[in-house]
Amino acid sequence: MTTTQPTPAELSQQARPNALGRFGRFGGQYVPETLIPALLELEEAAAEAWADPAFTGRLHHLLRTYVGRPTPLYEAERLSEHYRRPEGGPRIWLKREDLNHTGAHKINNALGQALLALRMGKKRIIAETGAGQHGVATATVCARFGLECVVYMGAEDMRRQALNVFRMRLLGATVQPVTAGTATLKDATSEAIRDWVTNVESTHYILGSVAGPHPYPMLVRDFHAVIGEEARRQCSEAFGRLPDVLLACVGGGSNAMGLFHPFVGDTAVRLIGVEAAGEGVASGRHAATITEGRVGVLHGAMSLLLQDADGQVQEAHSISAGLDYPGVGPEHSYLREIGRAEYAAVTDQQALDALQRLCRLEGIIPALETSHALAWLETLCPTLAPGTEVVINLSGRGDKDVNTVADRLGDDLRPAV
Amino acid sequence: MGGTPLQQRFQLLQQQRRCALMPFLVAGDPDLATTRASLLGLQGAGADVIELGIPYSDPLADGPVIQAAAARALAAGTTPGAVLELLSGLRGELTIPVVLFTYSNPLLNRGMESFCAAAAAAGAAGLVVPDLPLEEADQLSLIAAAHGLDLVLLVAPTTPDERLARIARASRGFTYLVSVTGVTGVRSSLQVGVEQRVSQLKALGPTPVAVGFGIAGPDQASQVRAWGADGAIVGSALVKAMAEAVTTGGSAPLAAVNFCTRLRAALDG
Repeated sequence: MTTTQPTPAELSQQARPNALGRFGRFGGQYVPETLIPALLELEEAAAEAWADPAFTGRLHHLLRTYVGRPTPLYEAERLSEHYRRPEGGPRIWLKREDLNHTGAHKINNALGQALLALRMGKKRIIAETGAGQHGVATATVCARFGLECVVYMGAEDMRRQALNVFRMRLLGATVQPVTAGTATLKDATSEAIRDWVTNVESTHYILGSVAGPHPYPMLVRDFHAVIGEEARRQCSEAFGRLPDVLLACVGGGSNAMGLFHPFVGDTAVRLIGVEAAGEGVASGRHAATITEGRVGVLHGAMSLLLQDADGQVQEAHSISAGLDYPGVGPEHSYLREIGRAEYAAVTDQQALDALQRLCRLEGIIPALETSHALAWLETLCPTLAPGTEVVINLSGRGDKDVNTVADRLGDDLRPAV
Repeated sequence: MGGTPLQQRFQLLQQQRRCALMPFLVAGDPDLATTRASLLGLQGAGADVIELGIPYSDPLADGPVIQAAAARALAAGTTPGAVLELLSGLRGELTIPVVLFTYSNPLLNRGMESFCAAAAAAGAAGLVVPDLPLEEADQLSLIAAAHGLDLVLLVAPTTPDERLARIARASRGFTYLVSVTGVTGVRSSLQVGVEQRVSQLKALGPTPVAVGFGIAGPDQASQVRAWGADGAIVGSALVKAMAEAVTTGGSAPLAAVNFCTRLRAALDG
């Protein structure tokens, strides 16, 4: 990995990705030939849609009236106070994506892609889900537009996220359990791709992260870029300048890319992604792809990947089902390689501690995924100058995680009978 | 006769007006000793080309039968290196061309140059990489050719005509015509349009055309032959027959031989 300063050409939005769907050497289209025409069709449909005021107008209208955007940029005063030193400390802001309809950022992309599917005349939607947030968002927009919806979900994740399984079914979606491999997000994604290979002519695949073959990393990022665009405007209103640090959790990396994207060209703004170190990077049971991975191909894209010496994809581990993925979006690998973004990793325990801290200090229950970004504040804040403006993407709410958290915290929080 | 082993084999078959029998199996399912015996058995039963799958953890283009076979092979500790070693140990005994079927990641992980050099040294004749479309194939095709290996490209039912022509020109050894919109697996009937695709490809040049994905048995194999294909690739149905033999206490290599003997008869009938 190089750490030299990225050039303006590397940072230009037009170059990310290039005409071949590459971010530097990352990205591409490593998929069966059957899907190539559908990927070309999708790329063209997206380009036409973004240029069509009728499409963007409808998208923005629904983002406002159905999703609840813009989401607030909230000053976390007590959290900031927690990190204050005698000489002062950073000021911490939360971009409240947890307040979106369905409780996470995922609906920005699900809504956009559902509108695209309608444009392309596809009546059947498939999706993969890990924590269930993308599955719920997809089931929601399918109900809204009367589209058939099948969500692939690892059997292990269905156990961990039983509440979200029920929500999807309530919304009329079919939740298809995947028992292959590790029965988590990686295997659910493979199964969704196999469904798409088989039903490509009638079906649109709403991929839920900035991963997969081109154009998905770009498409999903562009639907989430509204997060960063709003944050940019809100920072200007709140404190009259750009933020100093942007912080977000990274599994596949969609909420982080959505926040980072409009700031990539502003090299004074630090971009920090936080991965899941699970039981610790040294334990081998983690999902810290950027920290520990090597270049490889998974689910259609070249990126960093957790793999063994022979190129077999390894099992990831995280307490958070949404980060439990051995790959990462190709643009993150690129931003790391050119030295534009920094990546760190925190353990399950650190995330649990951060979740409780935000509950007690701000009255907000964050998702376990989001808690990874919050946990990095412990390491980051002591290094920041007083007055540093930090924006964290509060990507989702934690209601779905209360059972997992209760299991881990033992009986401390259980009501006495 | 000049050319690569695959070209030579197809030239011979064309002179004999025969359709190639091309069985596929997953190396190491359930162990490498079974694979070794099966490869020699298949040769004896009249196979013309063998497609040997290197097991991979995330086989996107494969249906449940081959996914399960790959999982069994990986559970038995099969590595790409061990597969090449097995092939290397069969030099002189296994004389029909062997095409390695591998996903991109194990290949790129080792490095294209190193992988091709090792595959050629082990005696492989070619490569099929199901998740490496035309756009990503140029570099690998050149490297493979430098080692005397044919990089076989795939055409799908969804491939537009103009693209089909570019793939047919770039494919080496033969063009792999995927007969169904879907992953590998046994189908009760083949998709309409395969016949037209075969003649389209044949009209584009001399590269032989082999049809695969979904061929269940003798009836579909002879149908593929009647449509003018140069080869019939049979994977899931064979892998399933071998797996059933193992679970019922029988011999997987013997099941493979019996299965291919019936296919051979259908193709020559």
